[in-house]
Formats: sequence, structure tokens, C-alpha cells
Amino acid sequence: MTVHNLYLFDRNGVCLHYSEWHRKKQAGIPKEEEYKLMYGMLFSIRSFVSKMSPLDMKDGFLSFQTSRYKLHYYETPTGIKVVMNTDLGVGPIRDVLHHIYSAVSVSRDGLKHLPHPSEESVTVWTLDRCDLSTTHYCLQVIRMMPKGVRDSFIP
Amino acid sequence: MSRPAHKRPEYHKINKDLFVLTYGALVAQLCKDYEKDEDVNRYLDKMGYGIGTRLVEDFLARSCVRRCHSYSEIIDIIAQVAFKMYLGITPSVVCHNSSRNEFSLILDKNPLAEFVEELPAGRSALCYCNLLCGVIRGALEMVHLAADVTFLQDRLKGDSVTEIGITFLKKLDEKKYRRKK
Repeated sequence: MTVHNLYLFDRNGVCLHYSEWHRKKQAGIPKEEEYKLMYGMLFSIRSFVSKMSPLDMKDGFLSFQTSRYKLHYYETPTGIKVVMNTDLGVGPIRDVLHHIYSAVSVSRDGLKHLPHPSEESVTVWTLDRCDLSTTHYCLQVIRMMPKGVRDSFIP
Repeated sequence: MSRPAHKRPEYHKINKDLFVLTYGALVAQLCKDYEKDEDVNRYLDKMGYGIGTRLVEDFLARSCVRRCHSYSEIIDIIAQVAFKMYLGITPSVVCHNSSRNEFSLILDKNPLAEFVEELPAGRSALCYCNLLCGVIRGALEMVHLAADVTFLQDRLKGDSVTEIGITFLKKLDEKKYRRKK
């Protein structure tokens, strides 16, 4: 089970954070364009889903899959969006995406101090993994903390 | 394979008295800075608004509340979850009208005013806890709900209870995605 990459958007469409772990093919466009494309797609698909839903909407758009990967989506009531691309063997992970959002927003500095995706040279991400096993799959939850914040953070 | 324990994020806590006394010092300083009570009230509301817009993220991250479908559900969550989480009290909820968009939170005990005996002379129109109104207004605005939040009754002004009135105005539209040129 693999996690390919992760995007975090704020309510205005600004990409707060992007992390990549296992991406064999790039989009072929600059990163800024990629973030805008991703956000635009999410906005369109959410509006499409709410219009065309044959039943009353509950949670709205959750995920889509292709023959190679699955895109999972989670949005908070305040408009923060967490998007994760994984391989196909992964079931619903809304609670995992919520956990990522919680871990980031209750850290001492909160969402404000996420290093901007363009500041990759400044950021050193450390991986702190915990395994969540269910009867069907094992998914690695990555808890991300920038090095500077991590030193002041009690692990 | 051994599974490491699921670690909860550390929640920053401070001493309650320190918090209450700091708030009192803040209001006292604002009273020195502004002569009119309305100005102090307005400034407290503005500060509260700034706090509320950020506090709502922390609240949503910690409380895992489901999406609400009505104003009364939202008010119940504010009273029973949010107030309990941040101030340790659970105000009771009263609905004022049949169209169900005007509510009141009745606070028996106001922790922020614990050390206040009475309002200073010449400050009879001061809403001591107006910061709370701003916090609620800011938090609701971040979830696309416009609301009018004011103090209807205040123990410090001689009323029997402290009552915060919340009136929901029309829903704010989600900001449309603007393509950068």
C-alpha cells in the first residue's frame, strides 16, 4: 500500500503544502500550475457532484480512482482541503485525512507556519509513522512536522 | 510487527486564573486607552473576531464534529462542545422565534468575570466579555454563516443572568475560485 503525494489547500485556493513520497511520473507543468489545476478540478467536481446527485447530499465528493491510483478528498467546514493520492488497495480514509489536518492545525504554530511549497530548500520533513491496521489493509499515516517546529514540539 | 501507540497531539494548556486575570488586565488597559464604552466594546469585538477566525480551525481539528444541517444543531454544538472545550462551562440554549434563526446562550457562570465584583464607575455600558461575541461571530463566519452576536443581559450590569444573543443572517456564499491572470 503506497501513498504517492499529498496536497493541502486553504479556502482561497492557495496551496499550503505539498509532499511527495512515491511519484514516478510528473505532471509536466510547473508546480504552481499543477496546484491551480488540482484546486480547479476539485472545485468543479464538487459543484458537479452537488448539482447532479440523484439523492440528498451527505458528505459530497469523497474520492475518485483510475486504473493506477486513487485520489482521496477531505474538506473541513472552514474550507481547508486535504487531498491524498494512494494506490488502489486503499479504502475510505477520511478519518486519516482528518487526522492529518488535526495534527497540522493543533501544532503550536498551526496552519500559518506550514512552509510554502516553494520553500522546499528550507524544509526538512521528518517522518513519524504509525501503522493503522484493519482486517483489510495497512496504511501508513504520515505525521509531518517541519524540523524547526518539531524541536519545540513534544513528540 | 509491533504497533507504536497512537500519539495524540499535545494540547497547550495554561492556568485558568492566569487566563482570567490576563483578560481583566486587557480590558483594564483598553479602558485606559479609550474613553467611550462603545469604543472599548467595539475593539474587544474586533479582537474576538480575529481570535474566532483562527480558533475555529483548532476547534474543528479537536472535536471531529459532523457537518450540521440546521442552526439549532450549530448552536447546540457551540454551547455543549465549544464552550465546554475552551471555557469549561455549558450554557443553556433558548430559541426565540419560530423561524429558528434567533437563539440565546444563557451562562450561569461566566469564568472570564470570576474576579470582577462590579464594573468601574462611569463604565456602565461596558460589555466586559464582548471578546466572546467577536469569537463566536468570527468562528461562524469562517464556516460561511453570517451572524449578529451581542450581549442581551449581563450579570455585571445587574441582570440576573448573562445572556448572549445569536441571530443568524443570510448564509455567506462560498468564495468562487478566481483564476489568476
